[in-house]
Amino acid sequence: MNTSTLLVTIIILIAVAYILGRGRSLVLADASKGGFRNLNSLPFYYGTLTALWCGIPSLILVGVWLIMDGSIIDQLLIKSFPAEVTTLPPSELGLILNTVKNIAAGNMVGSDTQPYMTQAAQSLKNINQTSQMAMTVLAISVGILLAAFSWWRIRPEQKARLQVEGAFKFFLLACSCLAILTTIGIVFSVIFESIKFFKTVPITDFLFGLQWSPQMAIRADQVGSSGAFGAIPLFVGTLLISFIALVLAVPVGLMSAIYLSEYASPRVRTYVKPLIEMLAGIPTVVYGFFAALTIAPLLRDGGAWTFEFLGLQMSISSESALAAGLVMGVMIIPFVSSLSDDVISAVPQSLRDGSLGLGATKSETIKQVVIPAALPGIVGGVLLAASRAIGETMIVVMAAGLAANLTANPLESVTTVTVQIVTLLVGDQEFDSPKTLSAFALGLMLFTVTLALNYFALHVVRKYREQYE
Amino acid sequence: MTPSPKTPNTMDVVNKNLAKRYRKEKMFRFYGIASISFGLLCLLFLFTDIIGKGHSAFFQTYVKLPVVMSADALGITDVNDPHQIAGGNYQGVLKQALRERFPEVTDRRGKRALYGIVSNGAGYELRALVENNPDILNTSLDVWVLADDDIDTYVKSRSSREGAYTGRFTEQQISWIESLIESGNVEERFNTTFFTAGDSREPEQAGIRGAMMGSLFTLLVTLALSFPIGVAAAVYLEEYAKKNKFTDFIEVNINNLAAVPSIIFGLLGLAIFINFFEMPRSIPLVGGFVLTLMTLPTIIISSRAAIKAVPPSIREAAMGIGASKMQVILHHVLPLAMPGMLTGAIIGMAQALGETAPLLMIGMVAFIVDVPSGITDPSTVLPVQIFLWADSPERAFVERTSAAIMVLLGFLVVMNALAVWLRKRLERRW
Amino acid sequence: MEAIVDQTAKVDPMNKVNTELSKENPEAHDLSGLETVGIPFTDTAKMSMRDVNVFYADKQAIFDVSLDIGQNEVLAMIGPSGCGKSTFLRCLNRMNDTIDICSVQGSLKLEGQDIYDPKLDVVPLRARVGMVFQKPNPFPKSIYDNVAYGPRIHGLVNRRTDLDEIVETSLQKAGLWKEVRDRLHSPGTGLSGGQQQRLCIARTIAVSPEVILMDEPCSALDPIATAKIEELIAELSENFTIAIVTHSMQQAARVSHRTAYFHLGKLVEVNETEKVFTNPDHKLTEAYITGRFG
Repeated sequence: MNTSTLLVTIIILIAVAYILGRGRSLVLADASKGGFRNLNSLPFYYGTLTALWCGIPSLILVGVWLIMDGSIIDQLLIKSFPAEVTTLPPSELGLILNTVKNIAAGNMVGSDTQPYMTQAAQSLKNINQTSQMAMTVLAISVGILLAAFSWWRIRPEQKARLQVEGAFKFFLLACSCLAILTTIGIVFSVIFESIKFFKTVPITDFLFGLQWSPQMAIRADQVGSSGAFGAIPLFVGTLLISFIALVLAVPVGLMSAIYLSEYASPRVRTYVKPLIEMLAGIPTVVYGFFAALTIAPLLRDGGAWTFEFLGLQMSISSESALAAGLVMGVMIIPFVSSLSDDVISAVPQSLRDGSLGLGATKSETIKQVVIPAALPGIVGGVLLAASRAIGETMIVVMAAGLAANLTANPLESVTTVTVQIVTLLVGDQEFDSPKTLSAFALGLMLFTVTLALNYFALHVVRKYREQYE
Repeated sequence: MTPSPKTPNTMDVVNKNLAKRYRKEKMFRFYGIASISFGLLCLLFLFTDIIGKGHSAFFQTYVKLPVVMSADALGITDVNDPHQIAGGNYQGVLKQALRERFPEVTDRRGKRALYGIVSNGAGYELRALVENNPDILNTSLDVWVLADDDIDTYVKSRSSREGAYTGRFTEQQISWIESLIESGNVEERFNTTFFTAGDSREPEQAGIRGAMMGSLFTLLVTLALSFPIGVAAAVYLEEYAKKNKFTDFIEVNINNLAAVPSIIFGLLGLAIFINFFEMPRSIPLVGGFVLTLMTLPTIIISSRAAIKAVPPSIREAAMGIGASKMQVILHHVLPLAMPGMLTGAIIGMAQALGETAPLLMIGMVAFIVDVPSGITDPSTVLPVQIFLWADSPERAFVERTSAAIMVLLGFLVVMNALAVWLRKRLERRW
Repeated sequence: MEAIVDQTAKVDPMNKVNTELSKENPEAHDLSGLETVGIPFTDTAKMSMRDVNVFYADKQAIFDVSLDIGQNEVLAMIGPSGCGKSTFLRCLNRMNDTIDICSVQGSLKLEGQDIYDPKLDVVPLRARVGMVFQKPNPFPKSIYDNVAYGPRIHGLVNRRTDLDEIVETSLQKAGLWKEVRDRLHSPGTGLSGGQQQRLCIARTIAVSPEVILMDEPCSALDPIATAKIEELIAELSENFTIAIVTHSMQQAARVSHRTAYFHLGKLVEVNETEKVFTNPDHKLTEAYITGRFG
């Protein structure tokens, strides 16, 4: 029985268990006097309880089995290989395993298949069948047995409702803990690979090195064969592009928010606000396309024309930090403006009245009373925007460069942390080369920095909210 | 009872400075208007740029050729053998037709250029014709076949202001095309291939069907997981959780995850699902897992807001007649909060639909020609398809990329409009 | 946005008052032909209002109010909640402009100049007619900057020393100087409620307005702080014209020269304060001051 049929079978079993459990509670209720007033809980809960006993353990069993069987079968296979094959390094062993699996699946009858491989493939087929069979039998029998046990236990005085509600609450709790699990998962997935990476490349070289060229040479005697993993050029590039984005987005976003919340009529606001927010709903890959195919050539040609006009020996790279930064800035405008809008409207009207009552103009009131009062919130919003700019990927992947230039000139091409992560990890990876692992080290840096920024920013914003509540 | 001696003096000063202050007021207002106009102009520029580049992709150039469907030339000996019909040398027949149309071309180089006029997928159209109606064998007929992407680009740009884009064309090639156009043998037709085909290296044969199905399957997985889990988490936090350190910790985690860069979720997916659990790459199932983790915070946050908006009086009323906590939640709170939670879910799905970076990490960036038919078939998604095409050097891919963006934006607009409509329609005022 | 909601909410209690009144006081029903009794007008009018009507959207909050505020006079406005006294006060320096749905009709003049003239500029108007609000609302700045705010925005001083002087005299006039002289640069929000309110008064008088409007300035304060503010009002009346809305009849009796009694948006009676509290002309006034409603 294959896995999906098994799942359907288990679901049918669950339904049967529900009907049986409910039926038994009704029978018990009728037998004793008073009908089902005599029951502790409604029949529904007895049915559900039986169904839970039937379904959950067997589903967990199937899940664990599916996760575990792959590696156990691999171990069994490797044991069956001849001794000289078993001692090969893990990467070659993996290749052989793959070949065997391909033969077993009937995909490949290659030229270099050796007899032990065909043999192993045959035994793999057998093991797979046995494993599938064992899983089916075990899962179904566990389900039936536990359902029967639970069915047999049903008594009128059994507190079925409390037990079902307990299970419900546990399910809810488990779902909310997924957020914690995700965070832990992120931390672990980047930390383990990073530690492996830092074993080959010292952490100080990574953090303070000025040279980034992760391409490992094929031959050991080639120049720069070790690859260079100094991440400073990437950090500088990331900061440069994020800075350009923020220089555009913060004033524009803030002023838009101020105008919309303090000056614009409600009619204008209802139409303009969603339009501005549309900018945030456009997928980043679209911005990337726009930056790479429209803005960058525009800047390059415009720059060439201007510099020629001015008689300067300069040019704008077609992968300039400026193009990526500006487009990213446009993307962040609605982000800044909606966060600022929130904090500005949290400033109490009484402060505005106090200022207007003294004869201040509207702009004086905004500049000297509202904004200073909202400043912590605005700063928090800007930090969140900065974290978003630093972590933005598609725009820079499509519009920024790949070469790690250490420069602060926005007209030149720079690369960023996210660009490097994507370049290093797209395609086939070997998890034992520092080149691949360095992407996880960069991911660790990115996660740490954005987490710190987010945590700090959310903290500031929350404190600010409490102040006016 | 005399007015303060300072009074007239003060007012003079105030009035003297007024003009300057109002100038500043005006400037400030102007900055506001300028900022908003800038934002709106960016939006307008982006849209006109994309539509301007992409609208032409919805039409495709076809060339009419008089084709002799000679069974010999096709290599078909038995008309009733579907194998033979499927394996016929249709491209050869087309080449023959081209040679006859331009008999002056004799050298090998010229011939190769000549064959480049029709798409190398045009043979499949002929095959379809024969399969539908084997009677046309050994007749000669005029057939409209798909032109090559370079021809397509040339024909589309002929009437533009900058003049035709000739690319690597020689004078000779241009003269062929012009002669075809003059004789009325070139036509623009609605590009159905774009909506029915999977990816292809040849722009004229490439379509977004595969990516759309991939997006659909990925979103289905995401929705099926993230909505129940998100709602359950929101219910726990709003209805059950006590105010303690642990609850605070969950909340901090959720808020932080909402702001973690999406690429980090890609790293998580790569390390956990692909590397640790050894799931296959490039499949919607894994993509759905990653996007679930990414959209969960959005869904949890909006579901919590929806649950919060259900007035406590409803809960009290239900509890007052002896409903248990679970009954209160399942019978009253969730149904009342459902519109708000659905709105949040749609917005989360829109976010997931546009997401690219994490899917690159788990290998959904592969070149996949076949249209996927399930959640475990290798596939790509719409935004990743856009990314792939944007990287392709062929000029004809630019308009296809823009067209794919138009389709993607169309879906997003529909989803957001649906969310707004749902909120308006089902919103309850307490 | 929120401000609008707040303000309309303030108007809404009118209905509540109306129904409450109808239970306790049958004669309150008949306000249609009501004529203001007493002495609403003076010869030395600083501000004079005639036939003022105020609307929030289509709901009328003030009905045909005519009243003068005399030079260097302290005029108290009393009445049950929602009677429109605060609304009326906010019309006097056009603070109601900040509420979109509020419209004002009638003639309101400051020394003969129509303050609702569309050509008139509200900024200098508010420099001449300052306002102190119900809840102390110091800006989140230092004490010094709070007081210096007005002179700075109006450009009243050029030199730092002049500004220091204005800040000091204003704080002295507000009776706060001794308490804060050592911590002028600490935040104004760190002061106690009463001190904050006196800071707001100092902030208002730093601009040297001619009229000061006070909207229940003591309602958020304890009795000792209230007593200080009341003392201050008496001193300020030497230099300024003051209109004060108050909820407390005792306060009106203590600080004001004349008292105006508002009821459901109408001005019922204006008289010398002593007369209002000992021998009011109108039955409604009498009912209010004897505590039959309010």
